Amino acid sequence: MRHIISVLLENESGALSRVAGLFSARGYNIDTLTVAPTNDPTLSRLTISTTGDDRRIDQIEKQLGKLVDVVALQDITVNRHLEREVVLVKLIADAQKKADLDRVADAFHAQLIDISESQYIVELSGSNEKVDELLKVLASFQIIEVARSGVTGMTSTERVLKVDNK
Amino acid sequence: MQLTGADIVVESLKHEGVELVFGYPGGAALHIYDAFHRQDDVEHILVRHEQGATHAADGFARATGKPGVVLVTSGPGVTNAITGIATAYMDSIPMVVLSGQVMKPLIGYDAFQEIDAVGISRPCVKHNFLIQSVEEIAPTIKKAFHVASTGRPGPVLVDIPKDITAEVTTFVYPESIEMRSYPPVKSAQPSEIVAAVEAILNSSQPIVYTGGGVVLANAQEELRQFVRTLGFPCTNTLMGLGAYPHDDPLFLGMLGMHGTYEANMAMNKADLIIAIGARFDDRITGTLNGFAPDAKVLHVDIDPSVIDKNIMSDIAIVGDAKNVLTMMNQELARRAEDVNHELSRDWWAQIQDWRGLDSLWYEPSDSVIKPQFVVQKLFEATAGQAYVTSDVGQHQMYAAQFYGFSDTHRWINSGGLGTMGFGLPAAMGVKFAHRDADVACVTGEGSIQMCIQELATCKQYDLPIKVINLNNRYLGMVRQWQEFSYEKRYSHSYMDSLPDFVKLAESYGHVGMLIDKPADVEAALKEAFAMQDRLVFMDFITDQTENVYPMIEAGKSHSEMRLRPNGPKPE
Repeated sequence: MRHIISVLLENESGALSRVAGLFSARGYNIDTLTVAPTNDPTLSRLTISTTGDDRRIDQIEKQLGKLVDVVALQDITVNRHLEREVVLVKLIADAQKKADLDRVADAFHAQLIDISESQYIVELSGSNEKVDELLKVLASFQIIEVARSGVTGMTSTERVLKVDNK
Repeated sequence: MQLTGADIVVESLKHEGVELVFGYPGGAALHIYDAFHRQDDVEHILVRHEQGATHAADGFARATGKPGVVLVTSGPGVTNAITGIATAYMDSIPMVVLSGQVMKPLIGYDAFQEIDAVGISRPCVKHNFLIQSVEEIAPTIKKAFHVASTGRPGPVLVDIPKDITAEVTTFVYPESIEMRSYPPVKSAQPSEIVAAVEAILNSSQPIVYTGGGVVLANAQEELRQFVRTLGFPCTNTLMGLGAYPHDDPLFLGMLGMHGTYEANMAMNKADLIIAIGARFDDRITGTLNGFAPDAKVLHVDIDPSVIDKNIMSDIAIVGDAKNVLTMMNQELARRAEDVNHELSRDWWAQIQDWRGLDSLWYEPSDSVIKPQFVVQKLFEATAGQAYVTSDVGQHQMYAAQFYGFSDTHRWINSGGLGTMGFGLPAAMGVKFAHRDADVACVTGEGSIQMCIQELATCKQYDLPIKVINLNNRYLGMVRQWQEFSYEKRYSHSYMDSLPDFVKLAESYGHVGMLIDKPADVEAALKEAFAMQDRLVFMDFITDQTENVYPMIEAGKSHSEMRLRPNGPKPE
């Protein structure tokens, strides 16, 4: 089953490699990984989407918890939560296909953020599934490049990921 | 007080109460070495290879419970230390490794003797640091000792760029440090203790299985009280030997791949496994499919990630073994009238049957020296009071099986990583810690050659260790596996072109002895241990075909032990 684990990490050099190294050393999957500073400059927030049965997820959480640079962590998928991923798709559409592209963009609430002759860049922010759907539909166009950000997210309940969670 | 970074390193070690540092100098560490030269409080021991430094610090830590300290230079200094760091990591041994690094402006430019020390050590340290400024040195060393020696202990590496060790700042050693991301050890909840004791009191086929965690927590007295109150059978892992006295009737011996028949059968047939400070690793469980099919598992460990990793627990308690055992003993005292030794009477009858098999029996010989016989005579010669280190292989198992341990911190071996070359340098660390005690290194002709250069260190610092070389001219454990699983194709397991160990020992300034007759074993050991101020290298020419029994081969379960072919068989 797919899980999204949010981690507050000391904003120190090498901290990210500890997390990435843990996953590769213990054979855990990383489907997506995002990391960026937070409103607290001493902390980075890292989001990992991974798959595994309950026992594997339990091990991932425990092993992450042992890393000295990990300040707090939370599996947001066990609660009501929101997740977002940004995707940029560069594609070619001739005049005839442009109308199709507009219809697809409208349907997905995606935007055409760059337009030059027959080349377009489509941007969408949405759930992982929605991004997958968009890419499926856009397959009928000539896709040149795809850039996905990976998933980030947070719970929509009172359960907040904060420093004293560990 | 204004000090250079190098002096701050040494002053910080003093503040941590460090008396001994094992190391080897080199360019990036020279400022620190200069600082060592300026003082007498912290003694530096010059080893002959950085692997030896880490094993010596490790042996010191295992024998004392205090963190071992290592100082190496950058590049090859660090890479040579990695094996010893990984050895300590796998066995949860507290250690602080200080490594020189190239000057900060050179980092990342493939400078001479540059290696990414933090990167290369990351998978085998509890934590590591790259110091960025001279002000960081003291607080980082404080953190390193704190992390290394609290919770589940482990090695911590501090990498210090050379230019920073020359800079000057005000030295203040912090009284305490705050690490918001380093979790304090959880303590057991009273409700967990009540539930655990309830399960314990209802068990009719229990077994207490304890590991290195009991040794690290110094919980042997609490364990003994717990086991004796209940009258339960107790087994120790390779890492846990000494926690329960070898000659106590409640002790079933070591369990696992080369454990006794009674310990492994009791694990297999138990209705309750009480695991304390042990991690159900593959050498303990055999195949997980056949593991203890009818047992409930009560698992006590300081590290939550150990629980439900290999074996799912029914009752889990996260906490320090000493605290949890103390709480359980208190609860047992409260419920003293519910302790019923009768409940396990049939179980004990069954265990006595298994024990009657005498699974460690070997065929004595008066023509060829049996390695087990040497270990038994070593036990007698030292009245069971020696600190015994070992390398890795058959000799390690013979030492574990036949040297009866009655106290913790006496049996010192590389259990998790299985590092050949560990024994001799580890024995040096032990000898530095316990100058008046007998220290024996049980080794083989393969292992001893992996850190043989430390014989020079032993000479320089007058370390009268007794090296017990069980020389069967084979990598014995490899040969044994090849005999059992590779149709006796002995690929590269024969040790050809061996040195003359007697002359070798003498060339290092030690005493060498060759013993090739069983009748000479006892007298030779007596003679060697009587030489209290000399290192004696005893080269015992042993039976080439002897194997370690019992054995649970890979993929087999506890009930499928391979027993000695000509030995006693179960009915």
